[in-house]
Order: sequence, then structure tokens, then C-alpha cells
Amino acid sequence: MNILRLSTKNLLRNKLTTFLNIILVAFGVAILSILFLASTQIGNKLEQNAKDIDLVVGAKGSPLQLILSSIYHIDFPTGNIPLKDATELMQNPMVKKAVPLALGDNFQGHRIVGTDSGFVGLYGLKLAKGKFWTKDLEATIGSSVAAEAHLKVGDKFFGAHGLSDASDEHKHHAYTVTGILQAQGNVTDNLILTNIGSVYKMHEPEHDEGETHTEDAEINNKEITAILIQYRSPMSVVIFPRMVNQSTNMQAASPAMESARLFSLIGVGIETLKWFAVLIMAISALSVFISLYNAMKEKKYDLAVMRSLGASQFKLFSLVMLEGLLITVSGAILGLFIGHFALQVIGDYQESSQARLTGFYFVNEEFYLIVAGLIIGVVASIIPALQTYRVDIASTLSKEK
Amino acid sequence: MISIQSLSHHYNNGPILKFPDWEILDEEQWLLLGASGSGKSTLLNIISGLLKPENGQVKLNETDVYSLSFKEMDRFRGQNIGIIFQKPHLIKSLNVFDNVALASSMADLKINKSRVMDLLSSLGLADKTKNYPEELSQGQLQRVSIARALVNNPALLIADEPTSSLDDENAEKVIKILTQQASDNHASLIIATHDKRVKDKLNKEYLL
Repeated sequence: MNILRLSTKNLLRNKLTTFLNIILVAFGVAILSILFLASTQIGNKLEQNAKDIDLVVGAKGSPLQLILSSIYHIDFPTGNIPLKDATELMQNPMVKKAVPLALGDNFQGHRIVGTDSGFVGLYGLKLAKGKFWTKDLEATIGSSVAAEAHLKVGDKFFGAHGLSDASDEHKHHAYTVTGILQAQGNVTDNLILTNIGSVYKMHEPEHDEGETHTEDAEINNKEITAILIQYRSPMSVVIFPRMVNQSTNMQAASPAMESARLFSLIGVGIETLKWFAVLIMAISALSVFISLYNAMKEKKYDLAVMRSLGASQFKLFSLVMLEGLLITVSGAILGLFIGHFALQVIGDYQESSQARLTGFYFVNEEFYLIVAGLIIGVVASIIPALQTYRVDIASTLSKEK
Repeated sequence: MISIQSLSHHYNNGPILKFPDWEILDEEQWLLLGASGSGKSTLLNIISGLLKPENGQVKLNETDVYSLSFKEMDRFRGQNIGIIFQKPHLIKSLNVFDNVALASSMADLKINKSRVMDLLSSLGLADKTKNYPEELSQGQLQRVSIARALVNNPALLIADEPTSSLDDENAEKVIKILTQQASDNHASLIIATHDKRVKDKLNKEYLL
């Protein structure tokens, strides 16, 4: 019969109070852990997807939208830019690497991205099977696409117009899967890559009605969605975007700046939730304190008996401390469990596969949550525990109960 | 084995209580008699190491009880003195067996299961070991507290007013159990009481 077993038995005797206290601690910890986990995961995803990309150039509109659509493939594109202007910009001496993107079609919700081989280099893509696309209508697909749409190398599929819905299929041309990418843990897992020519081909019939184009006009009319740009030197950060924004009909947006802006927008909500969780944990500390304090009245006899049986004052002090700590630490552990479980459930129900959250992810902050549980336990039980030193055994036991 | 010498004590604004010297030999059984307010409980608390007297000495088996540190004294009490209070004061969250075994672990001794079981069955509680205190009668509770006081084979068993809330029949039973158990377990016995029914049950008396 050590004091651990004794305090467990004491807690089990007041099941409902113990349960309430554990739940309170658990909720506070669960909310905080969800916040920690989700924000780290989202932050990591944002960072991974935007790494090595210094600037995105696209049609004028919301810079955030431009970033979201051409890097994270979440939102709709701001519009198109003329291929001629884009090519000019791509040849600018300040640009080290430029990758064109032509968006507009999807297959079962996975975006079809018309691009060139620069995209492979930019994201460091590696093949799991097959080879990269070379000709029109060949496609290399991300690992999640292959898994979710059950596509193998050599399979054919039809793209649909738009970025998410499948009602308007391009029945004239079928894509052939030539390769499947290794899982990268970023947005490319959910993309279908092809060349820009394929995307043009899909939309060609519309041009063919009636009018005839000269070769020159043809090029002039061609459009792409955006360009991903890597600078040659960090100096360009200041000059290049300004040049694009002022002297062309396009806009330049920096992924780093826009992500930061996005985070500061949702940051208010996160901050509020954080304080809410801290408040819950404070209330839980108060509740544990009140329960222990109230229990002391009844426990005074138990403690006096134990003293008379030979228990030292320190032993009884530890007994009461342990009761508080058991509640808060098991609450903290339960809270972490709830947090991870909730996040996994959220992830399963999430629609946008690009930013899917998972419960099987651990961050260092969780360790601090356990420490927080310990601290709450100490704070809540120290006063009741110190009272054990003031129990006068002799007079307590000779009094009528 | 127990001796008190020139003991006196006084509470904050009470009179000074003086206690005559007293020597108890091994396995002797004593009544501690006195009207209420005469200092019975005070003396018991002093003997059991719960209350440090202002003057005088308490020796138990050649150990000067009040020369020990607080922690040592707690341990010493747990291992050498069994105390039975007016009320049983069992721990509600523990069953009968655990309540008795608790005495061993609180005194830093190993729990001796067969010892606990033997004691409980000698007190007629063999079938109650898994029951919780609230399921027992007052008399049963008191017998559990006697088992708890005896489980560590104490040299001295102290009972403070064990009969005050009992009827004649039960009072007699309890005294019988106490004297019987004390001699079975080779412990000296002190029963403090002002209960006239107990007076003629033991032959040695210490009067306050």
C-alpha cells in the first residue's frame, strides 16, 4: 500500500469530482494541443510548398489569391497573363529560374498543371514509376492522385474544365499517364503535371470556330496563368516586384509575405482560442484546488489516523500533492490524446487534400503541456497539502466526528 | 519497559498538569483512570509520542521517545505503539484488509498478509476483509481498529475510552477482546477510561 495506490483510491472514491476535474484539464490541454499541432502542420506545409519560390507573377488581382492558387493550389487563379509578356519577363537577367504554369482543368478534383521541366527541378521531384511527360497529352501524376484515382502508368483519363468540378469534360483528348511521382509531402502529391501544349490543346476547338489566325496572332493570343520565379540574387527582392507591378500589366506577389499576411489574419482567431484554453486550464486548477480543499475537512481524520499509525508529515503532504498531480497529469495526457484524435478526425473530413491535417504528428510543445499539467497540479494542491502539517492529531482524533 | 519520569505539561492558558511517575512492565495490563479534564488524553498523547511534554521523560524499551526527531518518532510510534481511539476512524476509501495493512505500510514495514488475516479472523472478521467501512456495524469497525493497532506487533497497546459509546454488553466484549488480544500478542496494555463498568476488569490502576 504505497501512497500512490492510496491517493488513487481516494480519487476513485469521489469519482464524479475526479472525472469533472480531469475533463476540465483535458479540454484545456486538448484545445492547446490542437492549436499547436494544426498551426505547426499548416505552417510547415505552407513553408514546404513555397520553399525555393521567391516570387509569383500572375494577372492583377488579390496577391494572396495569386499565391494560394499557383503555389498551394487552393483558390482560383486571378486570371491569365499573355504568354508574350511572360516570356519577356522570364528572360529578365534578374531571374535565375522561371517556371510557367497553365491551370484551368482538373481530374476528380486534382488540378492539372501545364508546365515545363523547370517545375521538376524547382520542387526536386523524383519518379516512383514510369517517366516524366515529354509530349502533348502525356501526364505525370502525384502519389496521392495515383492512390485516390487508382491510376497506373499507361492509363488514360479525361480532364474536366474548371478546378474542382467534373461536369464539363474535355472528351476530345485523353491524357495518358506516363509516370507516377514519389510522395513529396507537399502539394505536388495532389497535382497532375503535363506540358503547356496539352492545356492549349484542350481548349483549342474554341479558337477554331470561323476565324483564321496568322501564326503571329496565334502566339500573341496564347496565355498562361502564372510564373514561379527564383531570383538570381537577393538584391532583386526590392527591385523586381516593383518593376513588374509598375511597368507591366501583371502583378508580382511574394509567397513569404503573403503567407505571413495570411497567418496574421487567422492569428487573431488562434490567439483567442489560446487564451480560451488557458482560461479553461486556470478554471481547472481552481476546481482541483477547491475539491482538494473541501476534501481536507473530511480527510483531516484520515490524515490524523495515518499520522498516529506512523506516517510522517512529509508522507501525508506527498499524499495530497499526489492526488492533485494525478488529476492534472492524467488530464493532460488525456487531453493530448483527445487533441491528436480530434485532429485525425478533422483531417479525415477535410475537403482540400492539399492541406490535410493528421493526428499522427508530434511537436515539442506537447511536452510543455504535460509540464503545464504538473504545474497546475502543484499550484492547486500546495495549499491543501500544506494543511496536512497543521493537523493536530491528538485533538482531531479525540473530537467526535 | 515503559517508564515516565517527572512529567508535567500545561496548555496555553490551562493549569499545569503533573503526572506521577509510572513504570509498566512487559505484558502488564493497566487502567488509566481519572475524571474528564484530569489529563488522561494528554498523558496518552505524551506516551504515544504525539505531544511533547514540557518537562520529564518518556522511555519505551530504553528509547527516550522525545530525543527522536519528528520523523523518527513517527516511525517509532508506528512500529512500537498501537493506538485505539474512541472512534474507529477507518479510511473510507479502503476495504477492511487494506485498512489494517495500511498500518504496516505507514510505519515503513512490509505487509504481512497472513498476519493481517490471522488477526482479522481472531476478531471474527474473516469474512469481512473485502468490505468497506460503511458496510460494517459500529462494533465491527471497532474490532477492525483493534486489528489495525495490533498488526505491527506493538510493544504497547493504548486504548482511549474504548467503551464510552457502547452498551454494557458490548463494553464488556470489547474489554475482553482487548485484554485477550494484548496477551495473545505479548503487548502491554493501557486502557484509559472514566467508565465505571471497566474498573474491576483489570487489576493494575494508575490514578490521575
